[in-house]
Amino acid sequence: MPSKFKSLLDSGKFVITSEIGPPKGTNIEKMLHHIDILKDKVDGINVTDHQSSVMRFPSIGGCLAIEERGGEPILQMTCRDRNRMALQAELLFAYIRGVRNVLCLTGDAVPVGDHKEAKGVFDLDSVQLLRTIRTMESGKDLGGNELDGTVKFCAGAIVTPEANPIEPQLIKFEKKVEAGAEFFQTQAVYDLDKFARFMQFARRFPVKVLAGIVLLSSAKMAKYMTDNVPGIFVPQNLIDELANAPKGTALSKGIEIAGRMVATLKKEAMCDGVHIMAIGKEEVVPDILAAAGV
Amino acid sequence: MKSITKQKTFDEITQQLQDFNRIFIAGCGTCATLTRTGGVEEVADIKEKLVSQGKLVTGSLVIPVACDDMTEALAKENNISLKSAQVVLVMACALGVHRMSQYVNIPVIPALDTLFIGIDDGQGSFHEVCAQCGQCVLGEMADICPITACHKGLLNGPCGGTNNGKCEVDKEKDCAWTLIYNRLKEQNRLDAMRKYQPPKNYQVMPRPRVLKVM
Repeated sequence: MPSKFKSLLDSGKFVITSEIGPPKGTNIEKMLHHIDILKDKVDGINVTDHQSSVMRFPSIGGCLAIEERGGEPILQMTCRDRNRMALQAELLFAYIRGVRNVLCLTGDAVPVGDHKEAKGVFDLDSVQLLRTIRTMESGKDLGGNELDGTVKFCAGAIVTPEANPIEPQLIKFEKKVEAGAEFFQTQAVYDLDKFARFMQFARRFPVKVLAGIVLLSSAKMAKYMTDNVPGIFVPQNLIDELANAPKGTALSKGIEIAGRMVATLKKEAMCDGVHIMAIGKEEVVPDILAAAGV
Repeated sequence: MKSITKQKTFDEITQQLQDFNRIFIAGCGTCATLTRTGGVEEVADIKEKLVSQGKLVTGSLVIPVACDDMTEALAKENNISLKSAQVVLVMACALGVHRMSQYVNIPVIPALDTLFIGIDDGQGSFHEVCAQCGQCVLGEMADICPITACHKGLLNGPCGGTNNGKCEVDKEKDCAWTLIYNRLKEQNRLDAMRKYQPPKNYQVMPRPRVLKVM
């Protein structure tokens, strides 16, 4: 049986996902609170996997909490911290615990995080991880051995539509599609004209694309992301809009901008859904959805 | 091939030598001379520093090629000063340290850290180009090794962390996959980049690696 999320993707509905980041430590209250806020408002909740290479409570733990609370988890799996044996083992575990959606990522580099001296693994890459899922679904592991009980996942991947240069990323996008990716969640998009050009390319492939929406909480944050986060480019008019918001209302303006983008993407049927990343401000995701009228 | 080294800090060197007073120093006339970590000048410099700390340097030399059997011949030639030493400080890469330890029965201490196998760009910089993985993929990668040149060793294209042709771990470093892409494109060979590369065999020859040719 396909996952709830997969059924929604295939239904043609404009799908909405969001994400949570597990805590550094055992105090999971805030994470559970975020799950409770989001679980009935979105179609799937991603759980990040030591995002930015910062050691945290594991993504599978967050996914089980979502599952227990009646939400639809999307397990983010990076190749940074586990070799092919550990990745396969975790997929087996995720499956028997009801987690049916996996987002396959390479993972950020170790030195950008908070355990700079750790050994990065990268035994597999994101394309190989996608293929690993398909191999396991066929009843075999990567060693060619029979599995006693197989898995079935809705597998996804990411793409950066505004990367420079873009063509290497598009080649990798194609390889991910060929490897079995069913959906893509994109890096943040702000320039809808550029995104439309990307979608012209992506529409040639039988995959669903959810546009990444990162909440802008201030003009400073928008500038910081443009300068420091690969593939994110916030156009000057949006930075001005945030800067010109009356004091203390930048976040509301950011919610308004995000809502407006979601509404436009949906109205113009530019893509199949959105993936909203509020980065620590998960509380306001319902406000973004309200602003978008979805 | 050049074995690229950097000198350990003098503090680290002296810490390793703290239990020894009589020291023999051996540098290398090949790679460690090129990297200025174990040539004539560097050996003289360390010798002077150790003497000023009250150590007795029983002898010193720069072996022309510290990783081959020249080390044996020179160890025999310097038998007397080696015999009176309690320790040998080797200012060569780890290969030189291993060679020396085959011919003496006293502790052999490295003064250098061996970083990588690389080539020089003729302008004083050395670049790692081969990780000696045992399964060469250069032919499909426009002669740029992603195992070595990509921080993550990715085989199927760039990660999302690359920006404007640079690497996410260091804006000064080129993204290997942008280089591969550019060169394949120039050669009209982008299909090579589209080809799926399966998971790599990391046990082509399980460590410790040995090759018998006779």
